[in-house]
Amino acid sequence: MPIQLSAEDVSPGAAGARQINDFSIQVATVNGSGSQTANTVLMRSIFQMGVPVSGKNLFPSNIAGLPTWFTIRASHQGYIGRKKEIDFLIAMNPETAAADSDELAPGAAVIYDEPLRLNERRNDLHFYAVPFDKLVAPVCPEAKLRKLVRNMIYDGVAAHLLGLDLEEVHKALRRQFGARKQKAAELNWNAVLAGEEYARTHLTKTDPFRIERMDGNAGKIIIDGNAAAAMGCMFAGVTVVTWYPITPSSSLVETLINYMRRYRVDKETGQATYAIVQAEDELAAIGMVVGASWAGARAMTATSGPGISLMSEFTGLAYYAEIPAVIWDIQRVGPSTGLPTRTQQCDILKNAVLSHGDTRHPVLFPSSPEECFAMATTAFDLAEEFQTPVFVNSDLDLGMNNWMADPFAYPEAPQQRGKVLSKEDLEQLGGFGRYTDVDGDGVGWRTLPGTAHPAAAYFTRGSGHDGKAAYTEKPAEYVANVDRLLRKFESIRAAVPGPAVDEHPQARIGILYCGTSRYGCEESRDQLRAEHGVETSSLRLRAYPFAPDVASFIERHERVYVVEQNRDAQLLGLLRLDLDPMLTAKLRSVRHYNGLPLDARSVTDEIVRQEAL
Amino acid sequence: MSTAPASPAPRKTNRIGLEVLNYRGSKTTLCAGCGHNAVSERLVECFFEMGIEPWRVAKFSGIGCSSKSPAYFLSMAHGFNSVHGRAPAVSTGALLANKHLLGVVVTGDGDTASIGIGQYIHMLRRNVPLVYIIENNGVYGLTKGQFSATSDSGAVSKSGVVNELQPVDCCVEAIQIGATFVARSFSGDKRQLQALLKAAIAHGGLAVIDVISPCVTFNDHEGSTKSYSYMKDHDEPLHELDFVPYFQDIEVEIEEGAVQEIEMHDGSHLRLHKLEQDYDPTDRLKALSTIQASKDAKEVLTGVLYLDTTRENFLELLNTVDEPLATLPQERTRPSRETLEELMAELR
Repeated sequence: MPIQLSAEDVSPGAAGARQINDFSIQVATVNGSGSQTANTVLMRSIFQMGVPVSGKNLFPSNIAGLPTWFTIRASHQGYIGRKKEIDFLIAMNPETAAADSDELAPGAAVIYDEPLRLNERRNDLHFYAVPFDKLVAPVCPEAKLRKLVRNMIYDGVAAHLLGLDLEEVHKALRRQFGARKQKAAELNWNAVLAGEEYARTHLTKTDPFRIERMDGNAGKIIIDGNAAAAMGCMFAGVTVVTWYPITPSSSLVETLINYMRRYRVDKETGQATYAIVQAEDELAAIGMVVGASWAGARAMTATSGPGISLMSEFTGLAYYAEIPAVIWDIQRVGPSTGLPTRTQQCDILKNAVLSHGDTRHPVLFPSSPEECFAMATTAFDLAEEFQTPVFVNSDLDLGMNNWMADPFAYPEAPQQRGKVLSKEDLEQLGGFGRYTDVDGDGVGWRTLPGTAHPAAAYFTRGSGHDGKAAYTEKPAEYVANVDRLLRKFESIRAAVPGPAVDEHPQARIGILYCGTSRYGCEESRDQLRAEHGVETSSLRLRAYPFAPDVASFIERHERVYVVEQNRDAQLLGLLRLDLDPMLTAKLRSVRHYNGLPLDARSVTDEIVRQEAL
Repeated sequence: MSTAPASPAPRKTNRIGLEVLNYRGSKTTLCAGCGHNAVSERLVECFFEMGIEPWRVAKFSGIGCSSKSPAYFLSMAHGFNSVHGRAPAVSTGALLANKHLLGVVVTGDGDTASIGIGQYIHMLRRNVPLVYIIENNGVYGLTKGQFSATSDSGAVSKSGVVNELQPVDCCVEAIQIGATFVARSFSGDKRQLQALLKAAIAHGGLAVIDVISPCVTFNDHEGSTKSYSYMKDHDEPLHELDFVPYFQDIEVEIEEGAVQEIEMHDGSHLRLHKLEQDYDPTDRLKALSTIQASKDAKEVLTGVLYLDTTRENFLELLNTVDEPLATLPQERTRPSRETLEELMAELR
């Protein structure tokens, strides 16, 4: 439990209780001012001191000029979800500084640019004025670079006030600039030193927030979900990637391009074991994925909500003609352009049933970089085994923010390439029925174009077809085919990753969620226990279709709160489509959809309200 | 006199020992007399005569009457009747997966000039090695007679609507965007269409053939520029074409000046025998001005309109390994355990 300070406890100047390794920092800057580097260095410095940490970038849909905020949470308990309250503000943006400091709870600390005179607005905060422009001039003679270097000064000030080891800051900074940019690294380091010296000689620490070395993240890595997904796709053996840029998915493919160039090009011949093509739109991107998968490649695309909308028609074709496809959806706030740089889980229902006609698609819900990495292999295996499109629903919070994670486990299992008949198989069999369910799992055998056998070919179409892929409009044959697809979906249900369940024997209440709702929910369970003495069980869905464990979990609880990040309770709606109505009557809804990552306090408050605790 | 029963005459086989029936497809369900059926027949002949293994070919189409035709040739080749206007993306994807496939795309004017013009343009830009046939009848047949983007200006539909808009010329679009093989033909000109199809197969880049293919049900009437009678009167061939495949010796010496001979990507030769015009299909500007002049004269210029055999195709630019990406074994697509450890160390 974070220590809650009242205004009386921490009136500025008074030596309050120390709050160690358990607070949030918010850096408010102007987009395009180069603050990303300063923020990453600050976050990594805390990480290197062994403190569990998470960072979230709240940025506008803009290249330069609009306000942006970066929040860092240090938590010795290991909570890495967003913390609703800000404890330590670094106010660099004149546009938002007043509002940013006005919103703080009493007792918070503020580093601000001296001319902003924030100290005149309130007397219940710890204020630290820093004359950034005066400090930057001597360390950065080149005037046009000052805008960028200026931000490193707050790293120095914060290092002093929070008690960061300067050597760790230096290490984080060197890492950020790499070996090739030594001059830039030196310039920025001098700015850090200038800030640190100013703070040491001019500021008196009055706030309680401190970082102290601990051993809370040994062996951990820091990575964003999109990079983890990209790495996962490379190790899954992806060979064809077609895409169209869209926030927040672009960095997934851009990172993948970098990894593939490093590790999937023959050093001698310069030839690649992959093809990555930037298509003219998402419609072409998914069309190429479908064509490539039809021809046997492990093919994928990555997009976000608007792109998914354009992929709808092809997804239906791939479902009905039974062609694998892996589609990463890094969800962002809709509808329409919505808030393109903010997070939601708003494509759950859409992806599960995307396209016209009766369609159902497996959807995976990664909640962490580790799962982004591992589920890449799962997605390709499922897509090829079951010859169907598979969605991976990540989101902006997971995809674009830096997360502390365990090192990824090497994929040990062989790739599951599904039922593909070779030339030799055909020589034995003589022929085959493309959509004939010979194994009883609803999945037929396919051949790849180019297979050198007279009986290898079949005709793929989105129109009605029988067990041998011939055109048909006969009612009974249509029904037989789509009912087989339902049987196939039941086979998929048995194959997708099951839920992660944490059941408390005394709990009457369950909390059910997926993806990044995990962090707010896990912390909320601790809050409910500590603040209200209420024990809860939790179930984190990892895939649709839902495993049988989901129904039994709901059965064992009086009420189950479905927590999700969208307005219309999409996950709850999907549970209603999939489960017995007697069970779904037990479901309650907790929704969070303001574009900010889910925080524990919002979940706790809503459950407390509905439970009338 | 021999008493042995007369053995049947040996069936004609090609250089890989297959008969023409091995290149046929299922029975057409298009209207009797539809130009599209003639195109399918030419494809059967071409692949047979060139001795190409049918299973090396992959057939693609969008949606519409024309898009049904991949079912009517080469049953031994995989076929994919995909999404309206999106055959370019599907075929591009398939070739990314397996660069050894010989891709044939059959589309119509609805697919290419209307709903799919965006994909058409980008496929041209990429120079994906595909034979891209537009069975152009200037009308939506399968939905019963609506205008397409290649319908004649002033055409009147069965419901009495007049088309006030100018038609799209798919060949002009192709030449402007930088296509490497652009031809126009008429489904009724068996000899020319055969030579063009063979040259397109031998091209090794994107080869567009805009085939005027009359719709006997909805657009074969008086006043239509896509009718049999109009094409008979207004077809203006640029040259007579001969295609000499790479596996055949060139027997006849060429008469200087009268014939232009172009070596294709696979070593075959395309011979252009000059007619009235002195036309060089490697001159892009000349191609565009000649097409425009023929339009002004109410003629339909057919033959090789533009050809560039020098440009690298999209798959060459991507520089992938020699084997199809689709079937690379896990050892070549999953980096080592040490690679993962190296990456993890960088992130600590």
